[in-house]
Amino acid sequence: MELNLLTLCYLLGSLSFIIGLKMLSHPDTARKGNWVAAAGMAIAIFGTIFLYNEDGVKLGNYPWIFAGLAVGTIIGTLAAQKVKMTAMPEMVSLFNGMGGACAALISIVEFRHLIHTAQLGLDSSEIKLSIDTVTLLIIFAGLIIGTISFSGSMIAWGKLNGKVKDLAFNGQQMANNVLLIGILAFAAYLTYNISNTNFFWFYLIAFAAVLYGVLFVLPIGGADMPVVISLLNSFTGVAAACGGFLYDNQVMLTGGILVGAAGTLLTILMCKAMNRSLTNVLLGSFGGSVKGEQQAVTGTYKEISLSDAAICMSYASKVMIVPGYGLAVAQAQHICHELEQLLEEKGVEVKYAIHPVAGRMPGHMNVLLAEADVNYDALLEMEDANNEFKSTDVVLILGANDVVNPAAKTDPASPIYGMPILEVEQAKTVIVNKRSMKPGYAGIENALFFQPKTSMLFGDAKAALQKLVAEIKSV
Amino acid sequence: MNTFLVFLQEHIEMVYIVLLSIFLGIEVIGRVPSVLHTPLMSGANAIHGVVIIGAIIVMGQVEADDWLALSIGFLAVVLGTLNVVGGFVVTDRMLEMFKKKK
Repeated sequence: MELNLLTLCYLLGSLSFIIGLKMLSHPDTARKGNWVAAAGMAIAIFGTIFLYNEDGVKLGNYPWIFAGLAVGTIIGTLAAQKVKMTAMPEMVSLFNGMGGACAALISIVEFRHLIHTAQLGLDSSEIKLSIDTVTLLIIFAGLIIGTISFSGSMIAWGKLNGKVKDLAFNGQQMANNVLLIGILAFAAYLTYNISNTNFFWFYLIAFAAVLYGVLFVLPIGGADMPVVISLLNSFTGVAAACGGFLYDNQVMLTGGILVGAAGTLLTILMCKAMNRSLTNVLLGSFGGSVKGEQQAVTGTYKEISLSDAAICMSYASKVMIVPGYGLAVAQAQHICHELEQLLEEKGVEVKYAIHPVAGRMPGHMNVLLAEADVNYDALLEMEDANNEFKSTDVVLILGANDVVNPAAKTDPASPIYGMPILEVEQAKTVIVNKRSMKPGYAGIENALFFQPKTSMLFGDAKAALQKLVAEIKSV
Repeated sequence: MNTFLVFLQEHIEMVYIVLLSIFLGIEVIGRVPSVLHTPLMSGANAIHGVVIIGAIIVMGQVEADDWLALSIGFLAVVLGTLNVVGGFVVTDRMLEMFKKKK
């Protein structure tokens, strides 16, 4: 009877994951959806602890299990509550790596167990071990995918918080492919020829997979990390699903595959919003495949003084703020909100134009600005914003570059040609805050900066906004 | 080849689950607005923490005197819990900010 109850737990768990994901994709229900999925997870976890049995034998080692759960819960909750909003992507990457490592460790323990059982009663001469081939294949899959996800996520985490620098060498792509093929071929060989003298090569494969994960993520630019994390996220899902096959466990299978599929789609959606293909992201360097001559961007740009910018904005009737990567890095969302309130007090209408891929992750800007208490209704999505630029007096661009580059519409040779952009040049005046004239991560010049209606306000977004707020107060 | 056919036959419901879940996963988040991409990714991240169940089963079946396996299993349970608990809490924190303020 107990077993039936566990099946019911797993059914509830799987159902809650599906409903949770569905609710997570609508703004009104998202928060509840998260808790629906969490509740289902709790049911599945405690059901497993108390009801799971194999051939009538229940699980043991309760002190260890509960100690592990307690340690994980305490550290996980603390880490998740302490993390700053701007550091969210790193955090997701870190947790994703933990999941991947967990899947890999399960494979290791199961492998030891298999070898141990198969070796019982054998002497030390070389004997081919009789182990179920498919089981071994699944263990290998869980090990390799989980490990790559772990080491890749760690590198992505390091890159996002600036601890790891990009590293690319000639023929890296080739080396990676050779390594991956080597891992797969060797794993396949071992699966069919596992003997009591060669099983320790299993650990060599684990090591090689760690190395592959590192080399796979290293050459990819920091700004592309969201795509990589999303991809590794779906990897971990697949690794979890491997566990589902190993234990004939439906909830692991549904959860894992759901995330695997949803994560892959999300990865593709992210790439689409940047008008790039997944291969293009993974092979590194933006624009490497561009054919034809790009239109040269030349001319002179003009700077604007703080007091001019302050006057310009104070007497406008409508100001549109375009936040970008620079705002996220400088953590300028609070001071940005202060500027908005100050202008509103002066009777200026202030709105935000949010490009789908602005910031460090798609949707990241909304999270950041919401943290600074910016009203949800003031955030315009790209299409709505583009309709409003015509009636806008001043556009203030904070650390955004490629998402406002007119070359995406006008220059077919440009690597970002075809990417949907915010058409800020329709407004009367454009003020651009950047740290320098350096191109954005697409590595291309932006003709917008050289247009007569554009003026530059150089400096770190936070520092510049602080000074601007002080100036506006004195206007 | 025979092994795989046997495997397929023995696990046919699992294979169906995989196939249907793939389409369901794509369908369910197909129309997500870009605003929610980050929380959705984080939520999905927490859901694949379901791998913790495998860690618990491993842990519960290890011989009580196999210290190496116990330690590895313990580590797996801790990491899996981090993934689950941390994932859900971070997602909730993100979504909390989306509350409409009037």
